Amino acid sequence: MAACSIEDVLAKAEREEAEKLKSISVHKELELEFDPGNLFAFDKNPPNTREFRKQNKDEFLRSLARDNTQLLINELWKLPTERVEEVIVAKLPEPTTRLPREKPVPKPRPSTKWEEFAKLKGIQKKKKTNLVWDDVHKEWKRRWGYKRANDDTKEWLIEVPETADPNEDQFSKRIKAKKERVAKNELNRLRNIARGQKIKVPGVGLAPTDQQSKTELGKAIHVAKHSTASVGKFQGNLPKEKVPKNMGKKRKFEPLIGDFSAEKRKQLDLLNIMDSKKPRIDITKAVNKQMREEDRQSGFQKRKSPGKKGRKGNFSGKGKGKGKKGGPGGGSSGGSNKGGPGGGNNRKPRKKQGKR
Amino acid sequence: MHSYGGNVSGRMFDFHVLDMIELGIEKFVSLKDFKNSKFPEGTKPLLIFAGDAFETDNEHKKLKSLLIDFFRGPTVPCVRLAGLEHVLHITALEGKIYLRSYKALLKKSGCRTPRIELEDMGPSFDFTMRRTHLASDDLYKTAHRQPKALKPKKKKNVSHDVFGTKYGRLHMQKQDLAKLQTRKMKGLKKRKGEKAEGEGEEVEAEATTAKKAKTQ
Repeated sequence: MAACSIEDVLAKAEREEAEKLKSISVHKELELEFDPGNLFAFDKNPPNTREFRKQNKDEFLRSLARDNTQLLINELWKLPTERVEEVIVAKLPEPTTRLPREKPVPKPRPSTKWEEFAKLKGIQKKKKTNLVWDDVHKEWKRRWGYKRANDDTKEWLIEVPETADPNEDQFSKRIKAKKERVAKNELNRLRNIARGQKIKVPGVGLAPTDQQSKTELGKAIHVAKHSTASVGKFQGNLPKEKVPKNMGKKRKFEPLIGDFSAEKRKQLDLLNIMDSKKPRIDITKAVNKQMREEDRQSGFQKRKSPGKKGRKGNFSGKGKGKGKKGGPGGGSSGGSNKGGPGGGNNRKPRKKQGKR
Repeated sequence: MHSYGGNVSGRMFDFHVLDMIELGIEKFVSLKDFKNSKFPEGTKPLLIFAGDAFETDNEHKKLKSLLIDFFRGPTVPCVRLAGLEHVLHITALEGKIYLRSYKALLKKSGCRTPRIELEDMGPSFDFTMRRTHLASDDLYKTAHRQPKALKPKKKKNVSHDVFGTKYGRLHMQKQDLAKLQTRKMKGLKKRKGEKAEGEGEEVEAEATTAKKAKTQ
């Protein structure tokens, strides 16, 4: 008896389930192909043309559409859901339909000189750990970068090797060597890029940029002139070429341990100057200089903002701008070797026209 | 582009035309002719294609790809289930292509998944396929190529074997085996005055071995 009732209960439950699912189940000969990522379904079943002709066309299409949509919705309701700000949202998978791209696949990056060499020799990349044990500080430090392990520029005590000059500064020597390595790396990186993009880079000297100013051209001429074996001593001048003055270091600092008597004299003279009543700066000269500077600034501002005519003076503004930047740019040419090519003066000429 | 009542749709690849298909419009019913409420513009539509012509005929296949591309909208990671209202149904039947646009109503059914009722919302088109200008198969292959970056990323420390079982890897630090917590045998604990209780000890030992046998 109990067994019968259990069977009845189960059968009843099954019927109820079937009832529930009847409203959403659809029978199809062939299963549809689904692409939930694109909200796309494809029904391959050949449509019933007899039905189509019998019924009203739209009715037939609508019932077909309803069935297919029901199946697609069933698929979509199977996806994992989450609640985002009181809204139930289903997480879509990646779309599976392959569609053509608009632009072709990007070409692989051109390989660097080292990569080609490694490929040739069969050298594999060895994966290195990020942290290295530093015995000095007794902790794990980066392999390279900020606060790295075994940083020889940060040592506070360096033994002077026997073969070295006793007056040489070992600390600055190490710092210079580091800077040279960095510069060399940068140069090689730029050369790799240039080779990849098939840009020609000169072996020595400055790489030309478009629209060079007078000072840039002057610098280029100077570099080219002095790039001979005799460092430009026997290069003739052009008919109207002006020899640039003020080449060389802008400021000279006394060495730390130099002429002791001169240093002593200077310090004592300082005391005398402080005692004397004469003012240190020539006030009229200073005031005139300040007024000139202010005039120049105001003139520059006026030309920058659109005046009554509405035309921006690109000539004078450009000239002043370049002129101001030209000075320190030219002076530090001797120092860094990477300042040259791209460096300071990358301003394009402004070509704007206001109302006529 | 119009030509005696037809529309040309096409796609570009690498600044050249990839394919173009001309569809002549036999019948057109506009949005205004269907008098019912519409849904907001920009809802991602549910695209459904019906008819075996889309599988067998090459031109229909390309048309299907073109229409998916055209109608699918932006690819989104999640979608609001209640907001799936727009249904675009395209049927290929007897040489014609019927495009119908419906508004889906989600009705209560007995279970979690709702029952769908459709309301014809428009616009509706009856197309015939006219001229086509398709690219060569090689060009299609090139256009469909995907870069490696778009392939799914492999997860570290997770692997699957032939049967589909998923394996994971755990990386543990070195454990001090002397300090491990294991099961304690209370009888084997060292106590004070063991030498004095000679007999007692033996009895205890027997009892504990009997216990051990039981538990094993």
